[in-house]
Amino acid sequence: MMTWPILSVVTFLPLLGALLIFLMARGDSEPAARNARWIALWTTLITFAVSLILVARFDPAQPGFQFVEEGRWLASTIGYKMGVDGISLPFVILTTALLPICIIASWKSVTTRVPVYMIAFLVLETLMTGTFAALDLLLFYVFFEGGLIPMFLIIGIWGGPRRVYATFKFFLYTLLGSVLMLLAIMALYWNAGTTDIPTLMTTAVPRGLQTWAWLAFFASFAVKMPMWPVHTWLPDAHVEAPTAGSVILAAILLKMGGYGFLRFSLPMFPLASHDFAPLVFTLSAIAIVYTSLVAMVQEDMKKLIAYSSVAHMGFVTMGIFAGTSQGVAGAVFQMVSHGIVSGALFLCVGVVYDRMHTREIAAYGGLVNRMPLYAMIFLVFTMANVGLPGTSGFIGEFLTLIGTFRVSTTTAFFAATGVILSAAYALWLYRKVVFGALLNPALATIKDLTFREAVTLGPLLVLTILFGFYPKPLLDFSAASVQQLVNTYNQAVTVVKAAALVQ
Amino acid sequence: MNFTPAGYSLLPVLPEIVLAVGAMALLMLGAFRGQRSTPLVVTLAIVLLVVTGGLLLWWLPSGRLETFGGSFILDGYARFLKILALLGSAVTLLISYGFLAERPRRIFEYAILILISTVGMMTLISAGDLITLYLGLELMSLSLYVVAASNRDDVKSTEAGLKYFVLGALASGMMLYGMSLIYGFTGTVSFTGVAAAVKSGSIGVAFGLVFLLAGLCFKISAVPFHMWTPDVYEGAPTPVTAFFSSSPKVAAFAVFVRVVLTAFPNIVHEWQQIVVFVAIASMALGAFGAIGQRNIKRMMAYSSIGHMGFALVGLAAGTAEGVQGVIVYLVIYTTMTLGAFTIILAMNHDGRPLEQISDFAGLSRSKPLLAFCFAMLLFSLAGIPPLAGFFAKFYVFTAAIKAGLFTLSVVGVLSSVVGAFYYLNIIKVMYFDQPGQAPDAMRLELGTVVAASTLFNLLFFAYPSPLISAAGNAAKSLF
Repeated sequence: MMTWPILSVVTFLPLLGALLIFLMARGDSEPAARNARWIALWTTLITFAVSLILVARFDPAQPGFQFVEEGRWLASTIGYKMGVDGISLPFVILTTALLPICIIASWKSVTTRVPVYMIAFLVLETLMTGTFAALDLLLFYVFFEGGLIPMFLIIGIWGGPRRVYATFKFFLYTLLGSVLMLLAIMALYWNAGTTDIPTLMTTAVPRGLQTWAWLAFFASFAVKMPMWPVHTWLPDAHVEAPTAGSVILAAILLKMGGYGFLRFSLPMFPLASHDFAPLVFTLSAIAIVYTSLVAMVQEDMKKLIAYSSVAHMGFVTMGIFAGTSQGVAGAVFQMVSHGIVSGALFLCVGVVYDRMHTREIAAYGGLVNRMPLYAMIFLVFTMANVGLPGTSGFIGEFLTLIGTFRVSTTTAFFAATGVILSAAYALWLYRKVVFGALLNPALATIKDLTFREAVTLGPLLVLTILFGFYPKPLLDFSAASVQQLVNTYNQAVTVVKAAALVQ
Repeated sequence: MNFTPAGYSLLPVLPEIVLAVGAMALLMLGAFRGQRSTPLVVTLAIVLLVVTGGLLLWWLPSGRLETFGGSFILDGYARFLKILALLGSAVTLLISYGFLAERPRRIFEYAILILISTVGMMTLISAGDLITLYLGLELMSLSLYVVAASNRDDVKSTEAGLKYFVLGALASGMMLYGMSLIYGFTGTVSFTGVAAAVKSGSIGVAFGLVFLLAGLCFKISAVPFHMWTPDVYEGAPTPVTAFFSSSPKVAAFAVFVRVVLTAFPNIVHEWQQIVVFVAIASMALGAFGAIGQRNIKRMMAYSSIGHMGFALVGLAAGTAEGVQGVIVYLVIYTTMTLGAFTIILAMNHDGRPLEQISDFAGLSRSKPLLAFCFAMLLFSLAGIPPLAGFFAKFYVFTAAIKAGLFTLSVVGVLSSVVGAFYYLNIIKVMYFDQPGQAPDAMRLELGTVVAASTLFNLLFFAYPSPLISAAGNAAKSLF
């Protein structure tokens, strides 16, 4: 059925675009910047179009990996292997779909060193797509970790005043977690004799190694996710990053943590996942309640959304480690939905930031008088962030709560209070920024959304409402893979419990 | 011992002979034609190194060759590392062109000394007994001491040479003492003989081993014998520093690996704890020591201390995988460090070298391509995938994990995170800070070396298997 390596093309096409920019658009001149923008836009659009072929040809009924490609790489046991299943494909599409939006969002706001900026984004796209599509553990690590380099530069070069601090914190925090995972990858490699992910999923890991490996993977993914208490890099990185950087960070990079839990922690270390589930529940509940409270007192719009991201990721970790099909399906849905919604919220902040060059909430107010269209769109995304029924945010939170309720009622209880708190901070933000009187004189001439901004927000708006009312396509997409994951997990846990009972 | 003529074939030492005779011929040339012949001597020296490498690769019969009653071994391991050492020396000479072009520094002896030092390295790599080891080491080191002081009118350079000599002599003395202890307790100097005699750890052999390893640690600048490194790196002329950090380290590391694995395979536990300690101490000191440095050459000195610690992690495993890791590490490290020093060498403003880290400010604006190359090399040095430096670390740590050295591995990767900080700091200076004075245009040969090393580090991930399997085969010949 497959005649060409479609997954590799989707992954490496952006690199080609980056090379093109490198060759054709040098220097800081205006024509070079224009060329770079157009090349980047076309590359990401074509990549997105190619990735849609994946969706068309994907067979949702089949739980295993599809579009599998294999090749030699380091040794016979460490190969180049790519493939997607119902869990990873949504993230691949999310990545390819958001990149053109990021490029358009940076069209006017990035004016210095545009070619370098575009190259960084295209390289980042390759690395992110590769992370979700890799079926070899070491290959996964290379993509996962390699993403730090372009992101480091994006925050560091085009970021805000405290960008150096933020980007160092981002880089070193993530690296610290990841190197421990690398050691666990090596231990798994010697245990199974391969780094092939499908093989590793079916290889039994000794109990002791499971515990240590789980902790090592957790160190990496918890930082990336980020979970409380290792989330402190995120608000800094978000505040300092340029708008498109924030979008990528919130929409895709954070999802790598959740994806890692789903792909590795649960299927490879089911017993350790079961043992540590209470820990994850506790951290998730704290994250949801605590960071929601922290979000309430923020004065910076981006920081508020960043904290709300941490809270929403709490739902994801809770749902994943509940180990029920609702919980896991909800987690996948919540991640995709959060990718769309939080990305859009950062774009909304970017819109006013480009006009006023401040993100302070107090500087705004009464925007509805001058920007009705913006107020409407911002409202929808705020509601989606709150988890209002009818938006995609609701489905994810609801499913994870149901899934967790059956396993740990206490966690579900605290998480549910988080929903209320999120309504409090999100509505508060919306009221301060959009409603009220137009007091700040600088706002008197502010313009409504331009066509370019509407183009970036429009598709996200449609998806938010579509998935809110009709989540079936996305849920069906991942259902088979999720079900298989949950079955194997529960099987492994039941076997051990039964063995313990016999003794 | 075999005293038949077959045991004394000169064929395995042919590359060394060619190199030594060639060096002497060039010395004559230089002596008769005077200082103006310097460019010619340097060119011929490079050709000589390439010819020697070619001999080693294609002309000599493959397989394991021994001569002089087993005190000189040419096996796959020696072949591989000799090529690497030759490559390092050739690149050093190439990047020294500009340095030697100026009138007061037109010293043709520089090239001769590097050639003779390379002969020492090759002898060292092939050493099959303690005497050959010492001979090779001294031949290599004595030339190095002189080269360090080759900027004769510069106080720092002469100070570096003297410091290196005094400390190096001390280390040689210690090593010689250790060798005499080993000889006294085993009655032989050949590695295989020592291996046969040492079945369990006796206190005398243990002492001898400690002194021997102390001397070797000095040469590879591992903690606690690293003190000379920052001063010598800073004081010596930059091409010389590049040389110090490449080939001599490769050679000393090669013999380090060979001596512990072939002479002491039965007392692994004894030397393993030494290597583990030295590795941990080097990685940690390299990482923390570099943070406060302002001079980029001093920083690179600490970086090289740390990198030697990482390479020792592979040796600590004591397995074929570990040795493979060490070889891969040495290859990649050599390319990274030569590339980085070439960039440092190219940083001049009106002929004055720019050696402070702050001098790199805004390099991405004034020289975007150069800054990009340096950034990639620094990310590679930090061990961030997908650059080559990551794979180097991967192979040594994966061997250590297999050998069950978990504490060592955890300390190692954590110090690599600390190390990442100072590499990132230079990238920050280049990319995030406002531009300062722009450096002069780069010489062509420097640009070539920088481009080659950057491309190697950048694209290594795309086709790594040739190097990995070659290193694997080389490692197997030791076991």
